[in-house]
Amino acid sequence: MISLKDVSKWYGSFQVLTSCTTEVSKGEVVVVCGPSGSGKSTLIKCVNGLEPFQKGEITVDGISVGDPKTDLPKLRSRIGMVFQNFELFPHMTVTRNLTLAQEKVLHRGLEEATQKGLKLLDRVGLLAHKDKYPGQLSGGQQQRVAIARALAMDPIAMLFDEPTSALDPEMINEVLDVMVGLAKEGMTMMVVTHEMGFARKVAHRVIFMDRGEIVEDAAKDDFFGKPRSERAQQFLSKILQH
Amino acid sequence: MFSGYDFDVIQRSLPYLFRDGMTFTVTLTVMAMTGGIVFGTLLAMMRLSSLRALSLAAGGYVNLMRSVPLVLVIFWFFFLVPYIGAWVVGDTQPIQVGAFWSSVITFTMFEAAYYCEIMRAGIQSIPRGQIWAGNALGLDYWQTMARVVLPQAFRNMLPVLLTQTIVLFQDTSLVYVISATDFMGAAAKVANRDYRLVEMYTFAAVVYFVISYGLSTLVKRLQERIAIVR
Repeated sequence: MISLKDVSKWYGSFQVLTSCTTEVSKGEVVVVCGPSGSGKSTLIKCVNGLEPFQKGEITVDGISVGDPKTDLPKLRSRIGMVFQNFELFPHMTVTRNLTLAQEKVLHRGLEEATQKGLKLLDRVGLLAHKDKYPGQLSGGQQQRVAIARALAMDPIAMLFDEPTSALDPEMINEVLDVMVGLAKEGMTMMVVTHEMGFARKVAHRVIFMDRGEIVEDAAKDDFFGKPRSERAQQFLSKILQH
Repeated sequence: MFSGYDFDVIQRSLPYLFRDGMTFTVTLTVMAMTGGIVFGTLLAMMRLSSLRALSLAAGGYVNLMRSVPLVLVIFWFFFLVPYIGAWVVGDTQPIQVGAFWSSVITFTMFEAAYYCEIMRAGIQSIPRGQIWAGNALGLDYWQTMARVVLPQAFRNMLPVLLTQTIVLFQDTSLVYVISATDFMGAAAKVANRDYRLVEMYTFAAVVYFVISYGLSTLVKRLQERIAIVR
């Protein structure tokens, strides 16, 4: 479904990604972890072309992301993305946030888009907040709306870029619950996160990144059992200590 | 103390001052504001474009306009626009556009440079993630701009845009140099005809002050009301 081959990226002369190669098959949940500044967020933003990369190839559903001839907006509309800071549109109501792209990109009628949006809003348990503005919701609620907004586009895969990093601890679970639900339904997911509990519960594979490189790419049980690389072991021992 | 003055001249000339003069001033201000914001926004988008040619062209234009005195631009346009118009249409005679339209064009072009800088700051104040979110949903550049970035930029910048418009309202008095009958021009004409310079110029100053100060008070109130909850 998503395949990265030898992807490298530079900011000027500074290399942020070094020959990253991996794959996410249909229905697979892959967790990407690693210390901050290791290039996880950059890598996931390369997958839908939000960040350009200079070398290598990324394909999603067989379509090349880096090819200048690719209709990027169209490809992106088929890949859902959830951001660390939610990025709901603050000047629109929750409902409008959910319907905008359905109307403008998928050309659905307002009624159909609203129906679809509200159904998904109900799914994340926030139907009662449909007429509010994002600023009136808590962080956890905003992130659930953001997930619903991405799902409203009927994506073939979902990308999560540290979806719980900006949340207060008591709100993390409400977001993870939604994500676990999605994973169990068989959604293809690539998730950058430090939530190892989530990884243990639903991930099929775990990728460990450090300094722009994929250091370890292993099945979940192997990764948590005995990571091969020293850096991954250190990282795990640090975040699993408590 | 006021025995040598004739403040009655103000009352006698009120219809002329407002029906002719102020109408000109307000129409010019509103048209130049509308045109200036539209062009200014486009210029701002060009300035922020990743296409180097576009951003250089817009940057050059803005710097040029901001480095030349407004009076010069007014003169320059007033005397040149007829010839440019003729050249564009392919006419041999200069096209007479008149003081009003010449002023509208001048102020639109000139103010666009200032509105551009305001809108540029406004666009840059929108977090990068908002553009990512729009793009990630499949919105293209124009859709993301029109639906996500610009509405927020406008709202953030509205007080500054309106403050710039108040400055524009005062600056329109400079069309006096091409003998247009704006409010200032009308006051000057009466002043010179009746030799009542002190009375008319004092009155004109008071009117400009009342309107400008009143508007800036309104802008302040508006600013408190429209702040986006983030």
